[in-house]
Amino acid sequence: MNFAVLQFPASNCDQDAVHVLRNVLGHSARLVWHKDTSLGGADAVIVPGGFSYGDYLRTGAIARFSPVMQAVQAFAAHGGLVLGICNGFQILCEAGLLPGALIRNRSLQFRCEHIFLRAPTPDSPFTNRIPAGQLLRVPIAHGEGCYFADDTTLGQLRAQNRILWQYVDAAGQPTDAANPNGSLDNIAGICNERRNVAGLMPHPERAAEGLLGSADGRLIFESLLHELTARAARPPAA
Amino acid sequence: MKAKIIITPKKAVLDPQGKTVQNALEHMGYQGIGAVHVGKYLEIEVTGDPAVLQGQIDEACRKFLSNPVIEDYKFQIE
Amino acid sequence: MPDPVITPALIKQHGLTPEEFERIRGILEREPNLTELGIFSVMWSEHCSYKNSRPLLKQFPTKSPKILVGAGEENAGIIDIGDGLAIAFKIESHNHPSAVEPFQGAATGVGGIIRDIFTMGARPVCAVNSLRFGPITTVDGSPAGPAVLKNRRLFTGVVAGIAHYGNCFGIPTIAGEVYFDASYEGNPLVNAFCLGVLRHEQIARGAAKGIGNPVFYVGPATGRDGLAGAAFASQDLTEESAEQQRGAVQVGDPFMEKLVMEACLELLATGAVAGIQDMGAAGLTCSTCETAARAGTGIEIDLAKVPQRAPNMTPYEIMLSESQERMLIIVHKGREEEVKRIFDKWDLPWAEIGFVTDTSRMVVKNHGVVVADIIARKLADEAPVYQREAREPAYLAAVRAFRLTGVPDTTDPAGNLNTLLAWPTIASKNWVYRQYDHMVRDGSVVCPGSDAAVIRIKADSLPTAADATAAVTEKYLALKVDCNAVYVYLDPYEGAKTVVAEVARNLACAGAVPLGSTDNLNYGNPHNPEIFWQLRESVRGLAEACRAFNAPVTGGNVSLYNQNPGGPIDPTPTVAMVGLVEKLEHVTTQWFKDAGDAIILLGEIADRQDPLLGLGGSAYLQRVHGLKTGSPPRCDLEREANLHLALRGLIHTGVVKSAHDCSDGGLAVALAECCISRPIARETPGLIGAVIDLSGYGDLRQDALLFGESQGRVVISVAPLHAAKVIAQAQALGVLASRLGTVGGSALQITTSAGKLEGDTRGLHDHWWHALARAMSGE
Repeated sequence: MNFAVLQFPASNCDQDAVHVLRNVLGHSARLVWHKDTSLGGADAVIVPGGFSYGDYLRTGAIARFSPVMQAVQAFAAHGGLVLGICNGFQILCEAGLLPGALIRNRSLQFRCEHIFLRAPTPDSPFTNRIPAGQLLRVPIAHGEGCYFADDTTLGQLRAQNRILWQYVDAAGQPTDAANPNGSLDNIAGICNERRNVAGLMPHPERAAEGLLGSADGRLIFESLLHELTARAARPPAA
Repeated sequence: MKAKIIITPKKAVLDPQGKTVQNALEHMGYQGIGAVHVGKYLEIEVTGDPAVLQGQIDEACRKFLSNPVIEDYKFQIE
Repeated sequence: MPDPVITPALIKQHGLTPEEFERIRGILEREPNLTELGIFSVMWSEHCSYKNSRPLLKQFPTKSPKILVGAGEENAGIIDIGDGLAIAFKIESHNHPSAVEPFQGAATGVGGIIRDIFTMGARPVCAVNSLRFGPITTVDGSPAGPAVLKNRRLFTGVVAGIAHYGNCFGIPTIAGEVYFDASYEGNPLVNAFCLGVLRHEQIARGAAKGIGNPVFYVGPATGRDGLAGAAFASQDLTEESAEQQRGAVQVGDPFMEKLVMEACLELLATGAVAGIQDMGAAGLTCSTCETAARAGTGIEIDLAKVPQRAPNMTPYEIMLSESQERMLIIVHKGREEEVKRIFDKWDLPWAEIGFVTDTSRMVVKNHGVVVADIIARKLADEAPVYQREAREPAYLAAVRAFRLTGVPDTTDPAGNLNTLLAWPTIASKNWVYRQYDHMVRDGSVVCPGSDAAVIRIKADSLPTAADATAAVTEKYLALKVDCNAVYVYLDPYEGAKTVVAEVARNLACAGAVPLGSTDNLNYGNPHNPEIFWQLRESVRGLAEACRAFNAPVTGGNVSLYNQNPGGPIDPTPTVAMVGLVEKLEHVTTQWFKDAGDAIILLGEIADRQDPLLGLGGSAYLQRVHGLKTGSPPRCDLEREANLHLALRGLIHTGVVKSAHDCSDGGLAVALAECCISRPIARETPGLIGAVIDLSGYGDLRQDALLFGESQGRVVISVAPLHAAKVIAQAQALGVLASRLGTVGGSALQITTSAGKLEGDTRGLHDHWWHALARAMSGE
């Protein structure tokens, strides 16, 4: 498969995403510069972590206006798969591709540590290979990862099974102590209504090799690949 | 002329920074301290027809300078 | 505005002595103007010239077959790590700026050292830091007074500043150390280290080569940043507003630095660059005269072409500004367009400000009028050198005479252990490193919290290359920074040896062989003969120890005048060392792994030749008895080096499951850390108990046995069936090895001839893990 990994001026997890897709999973991944207007025929788009434009004004606020994001909007509108990681999640929210917003951690501090994630539903292109009940041990690294949405939006996310990942404790419970940033409902990641765009604050690309302490994050990329393979096998819709 | 813009977190949004400042003020012994909201202040140097600017700044605030999901804004041009 | 008259007062304000001023007149063969006076004052500061320490630094071993760029040649040394790859690393202080404005001071410290590394053509891949603050807790748990509150504010600001810069730039801050001691009150230490990776053929030089080559300025515009912080700031320098006179705190912009780095590495790959240097301390001054001096050329610039952020800046201000994230690049003539194309791509400001000449002079013009004209080499390389007077400090007599006779042995070892685990200097530093992104770049094999960090070097760790088709062999590097300054205070020579021994031991515990080291010498005022004696003796110890561990010094930094109203800081020669772990399977962590494993001590249980049995200068005496005295543990370099060799040998056989060195807090703290330090996830520690039998050491005081800090000891664990063989192998290699006990259960139980110490792992972990967070929240 061909992945486009967006590169904003201060993206800093872009190489990590390329490394995992290319060297660990054996697929093709290409960096797409923020000034580009085309995604070059990619099968899926990764919006990686980092500080895109120094996170000035608000995280992701400036990035959403870059030329490449117009292409991502169009790609998503046609059903293309888009995954935002960390700053990428923030950008997708700012761009309106995902609802809600990420605000400052309730501790007011940047937080980098491993957390446990639970995927409440396998019904998405991003979670279909995660076995029911399996917890993923994946790191977070963010200062503004507290997910916020108004009650109506939150109600929709719940009702439509769009909460894809939640912070949980070692027993799989979404406790307050397991919540590293104060996110509503312990939300670590969500998808849009059409389920083709998702974002999460944790870094699956930093947990894709045993030597880095966990390979659990691979399940998220493998879910994406599973969906892409299924799509490739289907005849294109009329 | 200057457009002076004030952006504040919406009341419904958790504002740990405001809460921390509030606690600190209370600890320092200041009396009668209520909720604190920490926002942003922007000053933009502008030229042109004030009526037109009014519309432009409002649009910029709505689309870019604030995030309506979590923030309110107000501004004046003077 | 006319130049002010150069008065003796103005010379003094610039930190120059009358003799130094005479020397300047001799070099110029005329009177200097104000701009030239400012230029000399910064170039002849200790920071740039090492005028007080240079004769001592010559003792350091600086050569090995692996060293490609040696100490003092360039901005950072470079070491070969095999397969055509090399590393550049260096440590540098930002103590005084951090005392004034902790957040920006620390942030710009990180920015400065990152620039030193990519200036060499290397891609920065990890950061490390060493920090010192005054106490953040009160000894008796009473409410914190103003001094403690201020220490907390400084600590909070420094950590947040490092986090801000490193996290945004996208570099993992992977190791570090933090000590708290009253001697740092009002004078915190912030030593920042950075390591970068490059191919041998990518080494860039800070030399202004090629007569006629254009000189480019790249990065944000120059403001009055940093002028006030330096000793040369002059109140009546200009008649502008008070606000402008005060200058401004240097503000770091990690976003800008990331762009500057990417653009510089991209530009270096084109081959268009003849020389490159960052503008660090003394910005434009240092970069212009040093590049010319290194190349044996001259350089001419016109300040009118330098991008300026503030109106009406004087030549003096422009030359001395410490605005951040700026680079000076000398480009091969005819290839200017490539510079412009790349910097425009990254939306970075650039300006062509001058050219290389054959005059060997540094000529600075402003709108065509010469404002400074100095022979570059004399400015850069001919600073005065002082052999200061040294005298043994008076306090050492009492230190040496100290004996344990007045100190009763412990009656509450379990309570002492909890107290030590919660002592901020020993407690887990997770409150610090969880604020740093320590995993970005997908290379963090061992994260902060073990003896040494380990990072993986892979293809994308390298700078952009024109021809990057060759496969890159993955490498594993171990890093650690250490300095027990209390030991150095109590015995500068012996203590300094211990500093190096401990950092090398930490690398050995991770499975690494030292490649080289970099040191940051933080001391008080060298004009005080007692301080200079501390400096001289500790440099002697450092040099000897670096030789013993084959860890040549590739560069570093000297920070003097670290004083506060209460006196000088403890002598703090911070040493960062980098080692190579040959194979991934050799990477070893400090925590116990499996129940049933045998626990073995490598090294002697205590140094019985030491009258204080390792308690001199120990955390135990400091924290439990309020005594910061006694000769520190002795450091036998030969025995220590042999221990490291044997430990690595055992690790290479594949049987060592964990290795942890005994340092602050002694054996009991080391064993507790082996039980409680394994991180799994947030709120989820990996705890495992141990049953230890020390009853055979009834000849030793209990406090010395449990909390003594005798050197040359490492706790390892192995599968039970390997235990006897490992002990025999260690002894065959000349290292004493003894079985201490077995891993397992939910408590650490230590039996001594005097009784039993028992601590539930959950409780021990709670004391150790949350101590800093509790202190910082005022609990």
